Amino acid sequence: MMKAGHKKVLLIIPSMIVARGIEAVLGELGEFRVEGILSDLSHSSEARLRNMDADVIIIDPVVFDYVSRMNGRSRIAEHTDAAVVALKTIPMDDEQLKQYDGFISMYDQAVTVVKKLRDSLSSRTEVADSDEYDLSAREKEILVCVAKGMLNKEIADHFSISIHTVITHRKNITRKTGIKTVAGLTVYALLNNLIDSGSIEL
Amino acid sequence: MTTEIQRIVFSESIKLADLIDVNFKLLNVLSRFGVSLGFGENTVSEMCARQGINLNSFLLICNVYTYDDYVPSAELMSEADPVTIVDYLHNSHAFYLEKEFMSLEKNLKAMVEPCDDMQKKVVAKFFADYKAQVENHFEYEESVVFPYVRGLKEGGRQESYSIEQFEENHSNIDETLSDLKSIVMKYLPETCDTVLRNEVLYRIYRLEEDLAKHTIIEDSVLIPMVNRLEA
Ligand SMILES: [Fe+2]
Ligand SMILES: [Fe+2]
Repeated sequence: MMKAGHKKVLLIIPSMIVARGIEAVLGELGEFRVEGILSDLSHSSEARLRNMDADVIIIDPVVFDYVSRMNGRSRIAEHTDAAVVALKTIPMDDEQLKQYDGFISMYDQAVTVVKKLRDSLSSRTEVADSDEYDLSAREKEILVCVAKGMLNKEIADHFSISIHTVITHRKNITRKTGIKTVAGLTVYALLNNLIDSGSIEL
Repeated sequence: MTTEIQRIVFSESIKLADLIDVNFKLLNVLSRFGVSLGFGENTVSEMCARQGINLNSFLLICNVYTYDDYVPSAELMSEADPVTIVDYLHNSHAFYLEKEFMSLEKNLKAMVEPCDDMQKKVVAKFFADYKAQVENHFEYEESVVFPYVRGLKEGGRQESYSIEQFEENHSNIDETLSDLKSIVMKYLPETCDTVLRNEVLYRIYRLEEDLAKHTIIEDSVLIPMVNRLEA
């Protein structure tokens, strides 16, 4: 994922002035380059988020409404493996900040910003298993269990793996197929002949 | 937000025709307010006065519906009428159930025509389950939330319920529709006719957007307004 040369930065910042400012500051220092700016997290933005393959995302948490701000980070994680750094434009408590891979302040020096971006990347080295979009054999097995209505605990016992591992597989299945609900995964399994219609209720 | 950016939004003096020109999707909103076309050069305020629609509530909904980052002013929120909002939401429910879902179901049926029996069944069941889920969601709002808001406006505060309960239990209904989109787009066999498939997809995309606005009106308009009334 980390190629030689500059690293790709995506900004999700509603203020164009701030976004352009960051772009200019990073541009002068090299290493990180802003390759996209989104002003919100609408549906079409989410599609672009998936496409850009950014290394780091700098996000102004005001793009989330008050209620979803606590889980803002995980909303991003549904679409990309990039490190996510919060831009502190508003007061945020520790609970909110904790979810991010770092944060920068509006008053940070340029070099400080770069250092913080680097740190955020190294805190996420375990990322990016592969760019594989086909389901792995294990993922298919787990998908079949989900389609048959098995609970995470049952699946974990069945394969003698931890629930945590089951959840990771399920996240990957959803990321690869774009399908989130159990009903949807069942349809997927049937249409791809992973299960036959006799094994579930139609 | 720390800095409040005052954006250009719809005001009462805009002509209805211009309103639609800015965002044609407001055609849906107009029909849910019972406004028919053929309004000539009428402005929003003229139309509201004539039809007896609460002007501020109408503007509020049009703005939320059109501008993603629109945050209504406290002033507008207190001047708008929660009962008008509830009427609008109620009419929207009827529109989804009686019009939109029927058409989508018809389109889906036509689309899966060349598929085998199992595939037809799978898609039909998925849609039926989705519809039941949404009906269930609407039913709670219709039978609990809306009557509560109407009662509150008439001065009766029921101690047994508060809008906070709605806020906490307002369930997500968008994931299933998004899954249907993925299934239609990515996983149905190639034998399905592309034009019919596109029709279904256009319909889902429009419905998805419309329902998202519907939810925003419930979460960011109705709930805060009722909070204020309860206080
Ligand atoms: Fe509703
Ligand atoms: Fe709702």
